[in-house]
Amino acid sequence: MGITKITAQIISQHAIADGIYDMRLAVGEMAQGAKPGQFISVYSNDGSKLLPRPISICGIDKEHGELRIVYRVAGEGTKEFSTYAAGDTLDVMGPLGNGYTLKDKKAILIGGGIGIPPMLELAKQLDCEKSMVLGYRDQDFLKEEFEAYGDVYVSSDFGTVGIKGTVLDAIREYGVSGDIIYACGPMPMLRAVKAYAAEHGIEAQISLEERMACGVGACLGCVCKSKNVDAHTHVKNKRICKDGPVFDAEEVEIS
Amino acid sequence: MNLSVNIAGVTWKNPVTVASGTFGSGAEYSEFVDLSKLGAVTTKGVANIPWEGNPTPRVAETYGGMMNAIGLQNPGIDVFVQRDIPYLKEQGATIVVNVCGKSQEDYVEVVERLGDEPVDMLEINVSCPNVKEGGIAFGQNPNALYEITKAVKAKAKQPIIMKLSPNVTSIAEMARAAEAGGADAVSLINTLTGMKIDVERQAFVLANKTGGLSGPAIKPVAVRMVYETAHAVKIPIIGMGGIRTAADALEFIMAGATAVSVGTANFHNPRTTIEVIAGIEDYMRRHHIEDVRDLIGIV
Repeated sequence: MGITKITAQIISQHAIADGIYDMRLAVGEMAQGAKPGQFISVYSNDGSKLLPRPISICGIDKEHGELRIVYRVAGEGTKEFSTYAAGDTLDVMGPLGNGYTLKDKKAILIGGGIGIPPMLELAKQLDCEKSMVLGYRDQDFLKEEFEAYGDVYVSSDFGTVGIKGTVLDAIREYGVSGDIIYACGPMPMLRAVKAYAAEHGIEAQISLEERMACGVGACLGCVCKSKNVDAHTHVKNKRICKDGPVFDAEEVEIS
Repeated sequence: MNLSVNIAGVTWKNPVTVASGTFGSGAEYSEFVDLSKLGAVTTKGVANIPWEGNPTPRVAETYGGMMNAIGLQNPGIDVFVQRDIPYLKEQGATIVVNVCGKSQEDYVEVVERLGDEPVDMLEINVSCPNVKEGGIAFGQNPNALYEITKAVKAKAKQPIIMKLSPNVTSIAEMARAAEAGGADAVSLINTLTGMKIDVERQAFVLANKTGGLSGPAIKPVAVRMVYETAHAVKIPIIGMGGIRTAADALEFIMAGATAVSVGTANFHNPRTTIEVIAGIEDYMRRHHIEDVRDLIGIV
């Protein structure tokens, strides 16, 4: 099952926090090949906006052929998406990127901000002992759904939910431990996660983001610096959309 | 009904290729497009050695288009010859290799390396706005363009297409310089140099500050330049700049282009090329046109 581009019908959409939307899309076969940590390209219905918005997959329902995305309104494109309701359609391409490699090790799942949604499908699929650490700006979202899969620890920038501080503060505060980290979130968080994993000598899979154009590895718009030479250009530039978005933390330099 | 065109002695099965850099070497889009169905596949620029390209962010959306400052990241000619050419050959594609360099010697080295490869044509990129040395330096001065065209032509075994920059005062003068230097064809337009500022962050959107503007927003400029070029030179023209429909492609052909390239639209719809080809066929049926070549420069 490869990558396809389809017109998908919106099954439902609602706001779950300020500027955060939860959308379910009928994608048929596309759901069959989808893995946690992968993303889809969502295209605007407005012809003046040509580039797709890469949005991580929050939930996969293979039985009903549905994908769920939870995204933040960050600009004109996502603002447009937020106006749609059940029955409206959007063009989507996917599933894109590599996704997480699930391992049978005591896991810490770390999500920061809009990096939280992809951890939900991962939490669902990881059949092992796991803790989830979620970092919010102020309002929480999806927290109750995570609680169905294990212990959840929360931090927020101002202490409005959970402890005041970062996800790393929460890990230290609550003594969270594990043998592997799966993380998605803003660059400063990923940098701290990478340092934490190195310090504790544990594996970390981190999901990066960057401005993208094609989403399939052709345009070379979304590269990150890597330790080893990449498959495409044989320099040290991995394509986030194709070689990632999930990388071994040791493999990439986080700027 | 004939859709095939002849560009400098090379037959394309239809007049539609892809703009360099928007399609990789074809592999990334092979799930969407049968590469053998295109007039040609024009590859991402390749230099004599690998180039890392520019820092990120490298791309930004703009109204009706986008800007990029990739900086010609490429694996260098060694990997390209071993991996990408055999792949394209296997797919049955007509192959146009885009060549970039920082000095005349770089260009000539790549062109010589490609001499014995099963490549149909070479497109010489002297118009990339995103690399400081080389590239655009040859593309904004008619004398420099003439000199590099001559140097490349002297060593090339395949027909050469000089890819022109729109960031010049007179496109006709540049096209004439390329023709005088021995170019077998010209392609235009490369991207228009632009800039975007994020007012909330009070910072440039692209790490490179400036980038190349492409997409439908630039199409009228591109059509005008193709028209001017068609009236200035006798060599064939490959027109591009904002094409996403058959009507767009036909505008370029009617302005004087023998063939066209689909660029930014590939990012919006990976099947644009195939749809444009079908749309041209449909247009010809509706207008009872037997040969697509009858439309070239018709206005």
